[in-house]
Amino acid sequence: MGSQLEDLKTAIRQALPDLDVVIAWAAGPDGLAHTPLFITSESDVDLVQWDPRCSQNLAGYLPGLRGKKVGIVAKGCDARSITELLQEKLIDREQLTVFGLHCQGALDPEKIAAMADCGRYVRSAEINGGELKIVSSKGACAISLENGLLAKCFRCTGADAQPCDQFIGEHGAPPVLKDAPATTLDRLEAMSMEERFQFWEEQMGQCIRCYACRSACPLCVCQDHCAAQSREPHWVDQTDHPREKLMFQAMHALHTAGRCTECGECERACPVGLPIMTMKQALNRQIKALFDYEAGLDSEKTPPLFQFRENEEHIKERKW
Amino acid sequence: MSVLEGKELRIIGFLCNWCSYGGADTAGVGRFTQPTDLRIIKLPCTGRINPLFVVRAFLNGADGVLVSGCHPRDCHYTAGNFYARRRLEVLRSLLPVMGIEPARFEYTWVSASEGQRWRTVVQKFTEQIHGLGPIPAFKSGTCLEACLGTAI
Repeated sequence: MGSQLEDLKTAIRQALPDLDVVIAWAAGPDGLAHTPLFITSESDVDLVQWDPRCSQNLAGYLPGLRGKKVGIVAKGCDARSITELLQEKLIDREQLTVFGLHCQGALDPEKIAAMADCGRYVRSAEINGGELKIVSSKGACAISLENGLLAKCFRCTGADAQPCDQFIGEHGAPPVLKDAPATTLDRLEAMSMEERFQFWEEQMGQCIRCYACRSACPLCVCQDHCAAQSREPHWVDQTDHPREKLMFQAMHALHTAGRCTECGECERACPVGLPIMTMKQALNRQIKALFDYEAGLDSEKTPPLFQFRENEEHIKERKW
Repeated sequence: MSVLEGKELRIIGFLCNWCSYGGADTAGVGRFTQPTDLRIIKLPCTGRINPLFVVRAFLNGADGVLVSGCHPRDCHYTAGNFYARRRLEVLRSLLPVMGIEPARFEYTWVSASEGQRWRTVVQKFTEQIHGLGPIPAFKSGTCLEACLGTAI
């Protein structure tokens, strides 16, 4: 993987004079996750990192940098967010340079911290072979990379970035992973309706309403005009009650229906670790079943909720 | 029968101005007897319906939500109901994940002349909601109680 990193640095170095900024990853404060790096001068290029700790989706920064010439380093799943942004004309293709990578899975820092029982701030962590070696105040331990991957990696359908201007390294198939963890959606399906409602009440009771899910979502582009903050109409009120928090999650899910690429940024950003991507996954499943459409695969397609057919093939209306 | 007797449930009907609202009116003019649980909100078109109207209604305590508009190809604005059909079908998958019985929500098409059909829809839907009973409440109490708790 070392040579791939060198190739990436060379490519960035070559492209940098024509670009205003290149977004990549650099070593983070805690060794378990890398952090975004905004490269504007050549000396920054040496800080670039590329390994399974590059879990953050950088595409979320693109709409805010519109008008500038931006380069971005993208994994397969990140590129789906870029496609979606291009499809919605929220960014301009000609202003964008994508450095595409082949990804074999990205690590979930929270999961690793829990597995190693070491907390987030470790003394050192390095990847060696198929293992992440961690040294923390609780001693040293090694965790197999495969066990520490993000849940989305088990559902990966495209590990190569597409669209892409410069592909670094070699193309390849998605990682073959066994023992996918059960999703919250699967767990909910085993519950009764009342249990599900209680599940959400408990989960939303922990929500601190920081709106990190909204800030991290690459498709939440309304920024200061979010309907959740509007007073007229007053969609969500200020009461500290699970009802309003659940309402916001329903709003987030419905506003990203047919757009969400399940990049998992909302869950990654959530400081209390709530399974908030579940509703979006449920909507995606339905959209796939009804309209045979998946977001982020083709920037030329019309999104399913922007069009209709007079005779919908998969919709069965009730006869009264 | 009054709401206070606890025999009536709260059903919200989102009706389009041009067909279903007229249909409900026709049913009234024809003096068809219907259950009285339904509260109607008139909208210009089913295409006006944001699926969040339905979610908000349920979270605010509605026991059922019925959406009704013009038959496909009969929309006053040509295509509003076609878009609505897609949105509402997508919404259908969200409700069970949130823990709201999917049968609490239905959408249908009733034209202005179909008073009889309107009565059938209202009767069947009301029976369906009564079969399910009131919507589950939050264990932590209502929003009002939460507000009062902080105020005192």
